[in-house]
Amino acid sequence: MQGKYKATFWLSVVLVALLLLVPALGSKYLVDLTTEIMIYALFALSLNVLIGYSGNISFGHAAYFAIGGYACAIFLTTYEWPLIISMPAAIVLAGLAAAFVGYFCIRLTDIYFSMLTLAFGMLVWAVAFKWRGVTGGDDGFVGVAVPEFIGDRYAFFYFTLTVVALSTGLLWLICHSAFGRTLVAVRENRMRASFVGVDTRRLRLTAFVVAGTFAGIAGSLFAMYNRGVYVESAFWTESGQVLIMTLLGGLYSFFGPALGAAVLYTLQVGINQYTEYWPVVLGTILLIIIMFLPNGLVGLAQKISAQFSRRT
Amino acid sequence: MPPIEGKTMSMLANPTFLFYQFMNSISLGMNIFIIAAGLSLILGVLRVINFAHGAFFMVGAYVCWSTVTYLDGATGSFWLGVAAAAVVLGVVAFVIERGLLHYLYGREHLTQLLFTFAIVLVVGDLAKMIWGTDQYNVPYPHGLSGAVNFGFALYPAYPLLLCAIGVVVAVGMWLVLSKTRWGRIIRAATQDREMLSALGMNVPLVYTGVFVIGSALAGLGGALAAPRVAVSPGMDATIIIECFIVVIIGGLGSLWGSFLGALALGFVTMFGTVIFPDWELVLAYVLMLGILLWRPWGLFGVSEEESH
Repeated sequence: MQGKYKATFWLSVVLVALLLLVPALGSKYLVDLTTEIMIYALFALSLNVLIGYSGNISFGHAAYFAIGGYACAIFLTTYEWPLIISMPAAIVLAGLAAAFVGYFCIRLTDIYFSMLTLAFGMLVWAVAFKWRGVTGGDDGFVGVAVPEFIGDRYAFFYFTLTVVALSTGLLWLICHSAFGRTLVAVRENRMRASFVGVDTRRLRLTAFVVAGTFAGIAGSLFAMYNRGVYVESAFWTESGQVLIMTLLGGLYSFFGPALGAAVLYTLQVGINQYTEYWPVVLGTILLIIIMFLPNGLVGLAQKISAQFSRRT
Repeated sequence: MPPIEGKTMSMLANPTFLFYQFMNSISLGMNIFIIAAGLSLILGVLRVINFAHGAFFMVGAYVCWSTVTYLDGATGSFWLGVAAAAVVLGVVAFVIERGLLHYLYGREHLTQLLFTFAIVLVVGDLAKMIWGTDQYNVPYPHGLSGAVNFGFALYPAYPLLLCAIGVVVAVGMWLVLSKTRWGRIIRAATQDREMLSALGMNVPLVYTGVFVIGSALAGLGGALAAPRVAVSPGMDATIIIECFIVVIIGGLGSLWGSFLGALALGFVTMFGTVIFPDWELVLAYVLMLGILLWRPWGLFGVSEEESH
């Protein structure tokens, strides 16, 4: 088991090293695309704590992404706080919002849970939409005062890489700790877990808060990257999109959702150049995954490698 | 939130205005109920959250508009449009259920959820390809563009008819569900589908039937809403959230729960618009939260632990 973790560790080091080399390729476009993918990867990874590890399907995860984004933008611009305070404050706020919503949602299971998270997600959207004075309403919050030291495209790339790598490392530790293992136990059989003395409600609430907090980190990065936050970020289709990223990559693997985010986002950028009807393409991709690839890309890769190892 | 203005207070003290808002609330509530009842029925029997329900509602409104436009607004064309909307959505639902959803019942809850989300994306975009992004208006049907005189106030005939249709749908569904053989089978399917199939019932057929009827209700609701709202893309998202609020308030799968929930949402929306303009949707959530604190499973809902 230790050997397996060692392999994961070295693979991650290699991946980070490769990402560090991206700016050296000299393509501004590639740097921007990689920054966006890293942000979405963190967003998808955060959702997986809730879905993959605790089996709670949230359809309102975009809310915490948007809260992190709006809060960071407002603290930086309206209040002119320095980044070192703005970003942590935004992340804490996203976590607190998740704690509030989670308090209501974890009392319910399955279908009710999904519907309630969606309703809360749309509440955040409605507030962002109507509270013009603070959020800019449907014009969006534009002109975020990004600190100068990360104002440049390359500097922001390295900043994002650092934040995302640290967050991913932290998430990995959380998911592979006793807490993460207990979450899986609750996912597999809530009743048995409670019989051995696990406080399942508290555990699920913690998972909800962890997921919301890390979504907040992704959101605040997104706000600074775009120098703006828009209400669409809180819309339920955004929650659906991040769910699809998670599913596409593979629910029951830690890094699967990051892969899903990379593939889906690249597809989106590519397809948007040819047609405005991205949703119908996305819907079709989703139908294909559901019908033919229940375990996502990671599951497909495992299946293929199993086939090969059987042959040799 | 903005403070209540003096003008608002005097408006609320005006009995004619109060009556008007009261009727508007019921009319809106009944319109939402017709749609939410379909969602709730599907939820109760299939235990699938149909996100596409809102998209079906939107397509229903478009179909009604197309029928009225095609027939040049001839007498009765609106009602033909309403019927066409219900039939078209019934057929669409039949194809989706038999062709795809049918294979997913044994799969995880997430799979089914994402499946209906995929349908939202596909149907929404197809609607955009067919009808474009323009905003359409459907006129009130012939003979219903006037107002009814209540003696002390006038009220438009069409919204009044909506109230009546809502009650008819509620009572009709209740009669079918509680008094007929098919209703008993549907209720049995919400309780224990395995036992039902062990007794020799064709459960897949029940599922198909419920999905078709529920979706036809969404189409019907969309067509009936068409003269009341601007028919445009994006109307699917608003209604699906409203339906969710109704079903959460009322309790999953409960007909009268949805009825009460829809009425409550109608009142909160209509009076909220007057008292806290722009914040009516937020008020609806406050209502939902209050009820959930008191009864986590909704007004008429049963705890999931108890029901299994």
